[in-house]
Amino acid sequence: MKRFSRVNLLLVLAVLLLTVAPVALGLGSGQEPFTGADALAERAIVDNHPDYEPWFSPIYEPPSGEVESALFALQAALGAGFLGYYFGVARTRQRLRGSAAKPPHE
Amino acid sequence: MHIAEGYLPPVQAAAWFAVSAPFVVHGSRALVQQVRRDPETKLLLGAAGAFTFVLSALKIPSVTGSCSHPTGTGLGAVLFRPPVMSVLGGIVLLFQAVLLAHGGLSTLGANIFSMAIVGPWVAYAVYALIRRAGGGLDVAVFAAAALGDLATYCVTSVQLALAFPDPATGFLGALMKFGGIFALTQIPLAISEGLLSVLVVRLLTRVSGDDLRRLGVLRTPAVQA
Repeated sequence: MKRFSRVNLLLVLAVLLLTVAPVALGLGSGQEPFTGADALAERAIVDNHPDYEPWFSPIYEPPSGEVESALFALQAALGAGFLGYYFGVARTRQRLRGSAAKPPHE
Repeated sequence: MHIAEGYLPPVQAAAWFAVSAPFVVHGSRALVQQVRRDPETKLLLGAAGAFTFVLSALKIPSVTGSCSHPTGTGLGAVLFRPPVMSVLGGIVLLFQAVLLAHGGLSTLGANIFSMAIVGPWVAYAVYALIRRAGGGLDVAVFAAAALGDLATYCVTSVQLALAFPDPATGFLGALMKFGGIFALTQIPLAISEGLLSVLVVRLLTRVSGDDLRRLGVLRTPAVQA
């Protein structure tokens, strides 16, 4: 494997390690381990300021956790899909340019 | 870093809108100019937006035993400058507020300020400093993306501490608390975001060298392979 690919692979492995380690080491705590930090902040506000009333509520709320995670997955899929498309286009463009610039050997 | 719908007092919510609005207006102009000046980078612009789209959808476990998500705005700030990211980041936040009930319309101004303004500017400042000091592209991109990500969550902590000072210990006490929830959790995620941004830039130098040269990210002339 070339150095370029080796470094890329190491980068991906490092990210995977950073992501999996907290779960594998069982660092989650409380009633629901690995709750979202946004939800924790919301809870902290309610604990300290029990009289605070949110004055505006979401105009649309996903009816269940499943629908919500589907929408999150959709968001990630759209982004990842476009990134894949971009790299496909860029790579092809690069290759065509390379073959056009090179004198025809064959 | 998404402050939930309705969780900022009306006056503060409005104030954050007022602070963010000029950045977004200026950013829209910068975006239009960028596309007009260099239409060929349109696709790369989309890719930078897509990167933010993916990363901000992924809630990742962290060492504090809670989950949070990266922002993905550092990469675009390095490639296209921060003003452009205030628009792209704003679009992501709007999408999440409207469709996912994640964040909110009333808190959109505050969330744009942290994720789409301060994050990208910190990232770009870090990137420019390291590059000017002679640092390599990989190092500069890593530090930019990681610190931009972290800065976003620090801003969220400050925003919440301003809105909800601790009854006993005041603003500073609340800042420590929200900082513990957000900033600490974010450290490993910020490192991950830095590594992923480096990965994307490495791939870009392979396939889109010309685009990066026009954007001033790569300085070496094209090698005749």
